[in-house]
Amino acid sequence: MAELYERLRAAIVDERPVALATVIEGHNAGAKLVVEPDGDIFGTLGHPELDRIVSRDAVGELAAGRTGVRHYGAEGQARETDVSVFIESFSPPPIMLVFGAVDFTAALARSGKLLGFNVIVADARSVFATVKRFPMADRVLVAWPDEVFDIYGDRLGPHDAVCILTHDPKFDVPAVQRAVATDVGYIGVMGSRRTHATRLERLREVGVDEKGIDRLMAPIGLDIGSRTPEEAAISVCAEIIANRTGHSAPSLRDSDGPIHRPPADG
Amino acid sequence: MKEILADLDAWKAEGRRVALARVVNVEGSGPRDPGAAMAVSDNGDVIGSVSGGCVEGAVVVEAIDILDTGERRMVSFGYSDDEAFAVGLTCGGTIHLFIEPLDW
Repeated sequence: MAELYERLRAAIVDERPVALATVIEGHNAGAKLVVEPDGDIFGTLGHPELDRIVSRDAVGELAAGRTGVRHYGAEGQARETDVSVFIESFSPPPIMLVFGAVDFTAALARSGKLLGFNVIVADARSVFATVKRFPMADRVLVAWPDEVFDIYGDRLGPHDAVCILTHDPKFDVPAVQRAVATDVGYIGVMGSRRTHATRLERLREVGVDEKGIDRLMAPIGLDIGSRTPEEAAISVCAEIIANRTGHSAPSLRDSDGPIHRPPADG
Repeated sequence: MKEILADLDAWKAEGRRVALARVVNVEGSGPRDPGAAMAVSDNGDVIGSVSGGCVEGAVVVEAIDILDTGERRMVSFGYSDDEAFAVGLTCGGTIHLFIEPLDW
């Protein structure tokens, strides 16, 4: 029976999406089905029809990254509750693409790892984009934004993040252009309000529409008064979480005035 | 379960018997989402967590019983205000766990 565990384990370790369906109530409690995104199955819940219906549902749950209990008839019938099946989705870690090998990048890469991101640091300048400077990153690419999006663009979804830290129009304009063309959940762009105002002009010139511009979190991060690269990294990561969950938090984008104000109590 | 996979592998390699507890459903406010998992080995070692520390002790007791009997089952924990020291979630929610031997 250890083969079920091995199948599941191999997919998780190889970072392939996989779902595990387990009968938790009803006939055959404990029976399991490992379901892959293409609908391939291993194991059985005890009835071929039940396997077919549950695997179909599991593919959907896996695509949405959801985990929960569903109810079926003994042969997979809808609107019946003979069998309760726990469908657990195992998705590969979300991706954080960081553009710009700057001081702040190392702190952000570390915080990204803490949150479980697969962190990729990219910069077109080979002197700066080195594994030695960013040993905590899962991958360091010497590449222009276009090349990076050619690799990762199609994989980006609601749980992924793009952080553009270059504040150089040469890099950040093409990076934003490509980022807004993806389904990525978070796009943060570093720079002062003034930098961002000129950046917006350039973005509109190259045809980024208002819907795209509205997705940009710029200046990047929550308004928590962070000063050091590590504090700023926390503010960005917190903004990524708030953005994903839809909870309100004081983003710098939604306030006025200098980003680095003196502390209120001196 | 992802978080405890490496430890589970090690236990399996050592030939330990293991009970796996997974959160399958949470009603109301709960500290961990469905999918949170902990495991208990036959010599009482524990890895992972299924709540903010509220019910882990009781889960260990259930898990050891399940290792003895081999009977997998659903176990639920809710808010308990009738007994001062009863096992329950202080956050007011209810969590439903599926606990089973890791024999698959």
